[in-house]
Amino acid sequence: MVRTLLVRGLLLGLLAGLLAGAFAFAIGEPRIDDAIALEEAAAAAEPAPADDGHSHEHGANVTRGQQKFGLFLATGLYGLTIGGIFALAFAGLRGRVGPRTDGGLALAAAGTAFAAVILVPFLKYPANPPAVGDPETITSRTLLYLAMIGVGLLATAIAVTTSRRVPGGAWPRGAAAVAAFVVPVAVAYLLLPTVNEVPAEFPATLLWQFRISSLGTQAVFWAAFGALFGWAADRAARPASAPAPAAAPASA
Amino acid sequence: MSDLSAPSSVPFPRLRPWLLAVPVLLLIGYLVLMDNGAVSQTGDLLHELMHDGRHLLGVPCH
Repeated sequence: MVRTLLVRGLLLGLLAGLLAGAFAFAIGEPRIDDAIALEEAAAAAEPAPADDGHSHEHGANVTRGQQKFGLFLATGLYGLTIGGIFALAFAGLRGRVGPRTDGGLALAAAGTAFAAVILVPFLKYPANPPAVGDPETITSRTLLYLAMIGVGLLATAIAVTTSRRVPGGAWPRGAAAVAAFVVPVAVAYLLLPTVNEVPAEFPATLLWQFRISSLGTQAVFWAAFGALFGWAADRAARPASAPAPAAAPASA
Repeated sequence: MSDLSAPSSVPFPRLRPWLLAVPVLLLIGYLVLMDNGAVSQTGDLLHELMHDGRHLLGVPCH
């Protein structure tokens, strides 16, 4: 059972990652092109302090065409990774926490994971296009981003534990879960530092469009993966002997 | 395993060996989303190849 879930998680994660890659290619790539054009125009206009080793980009001579291929490689491998980890978490949760059907659990877990691991960090430290963000601070920004993922996961654990201790029906439990999720996240938002590295001249509309396309890429991935994995897990749990009736009413 | 109404849980001792896959998967995730040569020893190559994916998946890229 675990093996089946893991293999399907890996494969369907890869598939959902490629679907998200297609979305990102169609919607997000034009924004990246625009941002790179601005970046290069700004660099060209500058009165040439030139080669002081500040070519943090384009060091390895990967062309834009190769980067657009790399987009699918990145989203595909990302999907594979998430799919595998999700499948193992699913195997652990199954029959212990959450909805009692495999399809329901898959959708609920994917939705929760999207909120905890994507939305929570995104709202605090939103995605940035090229030309936004100081390369000097990449390490601290990465650590802050990972910290927000940790906060999202911790808040989920608190929410699940809390709601299980609340007596009554689905409504009080649901309300308790939401409150127990939101409070630690809000505290983290207030405590952790703000990152503000958008250059004054960077167009606000382009920034917004890029960020929406980035969030959309993740939304496509998690929606596709949750639905595909739920469907596959339902099938995996069903006895293989189900229907395929030998004497199907002549419909062919 | 055939009880459809309530999925049976997988006993933790049976789940445990599979958890060895997690560090491997996390390493792949790290290489795709964050490595800038420190682990892969390929310099900027992974960063540049995965560049657009990192931006659009929402992780800090540079």
